Amino acid sequence: MEALIHHIVGKYNYWLYIILMMIGLYAMIAKNNLIKKLVGMNIFQTAIILFYVSIGCKKGATIPILEEHGAHMGAHTIKVADYINPLPHVLMLTAIVVSVSTFGVALALAVKIYQKYKTLEEDEILMRLREK
Amino acid sequence: MKKIGFIIVCLSGALLLYATQDFPRWGDPNSPASTHVSPRYIQKTLEETDVPNAVTSILADYRGYDTMFETTVIFAAGMSCLILLRVFKRKDEDRYYRHISTGITLHVKGEKTIPDRSKEFERIDTMWTPYDLIIKTVSRFLVPFIQIFALYVLAHGHESPGGGFQGGVIFGASLIIMAIAFDLRTAMRRFKEKIDGLFSALGVFIYAGLGALCLLLGGNFLDYKELATIFPFDPIEARAYGILGVEIGVFIAVMAVMVCIYVNIASEGRLDEGL
Repeated sequence: MEALIHHIVGKYNYWLYIILMMIGLYAMIAKNNLIKKLVGMNIFQTAIILFYVSIGCKKGATIPILEEHGAHMGAHTIKVADYINPLPHVLMLTAIVVSVSTFGVALALAVKIYQKYKTLEEDEILMRLREK
Repeated sequence: MKKIGFIIVCLSGALLLYATQDFPRWGDPNSPASTHVSPRYIQKTLEETDVPNAVTSILADYRGYDTMFETTVIFAAGMSCLILLRVFKRKDEDRYYRHISTGITLHVKGEKTIPDRSKEFERIDTMWTPYDLIIKTVSRFLVPFIQIFALYVLAHGHESPGGGFQGGVIFGASLIIMAIAFDLRTAMRRFKEKIDGLFSALGVFIYAGLGALCLLLGGNFLDYKELATIFPFDPIEARAYGILGVEIGVFIAVMAVMVCIYVNIASEGRLDEGL
């Protein structure tokens, strides 16, 4: 029991992201409205972004912007443990903007679907497709 | 469907939760992600690129290809919004005009139009609400400051959190605020659609062109130290300036694409009236 609590407390961040990710996945699978599906997709993406950013975290470290003074003297003055891992931040920086763009394209498709079928409910769209 | 979905979600969630026991503890400095390549980035960024912000130097230099294609993805997203939604045919649409001095609303059908810049009439949206003085004034005051801040975020991306993506989104937001607080036509008069399309391509062109310039100068693609041969920098400074040039390209592309996506979705591609 103590091991389990130790496990949960040490890794509670992953638990939160997995719960958030599953909320997004459920919304994508089960919701009937296309916009709600898109919101689910965005929640899913946010969970992954949070997951990556938390991977880069180091206890007691600061943001990966090196202090200028004394840094030019050589590489040995820069302690790696003082700065968090910049790589996940870079990946997620681009991922955020790409997620905004994919959301934009998805919304554009939803607008087109609404113009054609006059509805955004999935079952009604399927019904109209079968009528033809 | 809901039950199947719930079962799938529970199963995959349980699997992922089970997998967390192999993960490193939160904030562990010796986790696999922080041990292989990232120490090198942190130690060498000042020495090799003269950029103290490791995020910027990785974004635009060490992983320059990645960012170039991310910019291309954004460009493609903006263009696909444009292609999906834009309607060029002007059908017999209803237009509403308001006589400024009396407040009478005119409903015009068909081809007849009143010039948009008429002194007596102003064009209004179909769902017109009277202008709110507070919102208009505040956004008029705020927009220049937001734009200056966006340029600061861009130019100061080497020393502080910031860069092309963030600055571009802020600048795009300032133009979107114009479109929301006034109307879409006012914003589009200041930032025309042609300029918007041109800018989104120009941003990607600046990025790829800078890479190709390095290639022409005899180095590898996106190897900015070759810029030192034509500009008066030493090779390490040249990398910092190369990063800045690339960030400017990203800034322009992101800004134009944000505006492009917004105006096309808000007006369903007609670009006459928005939210």
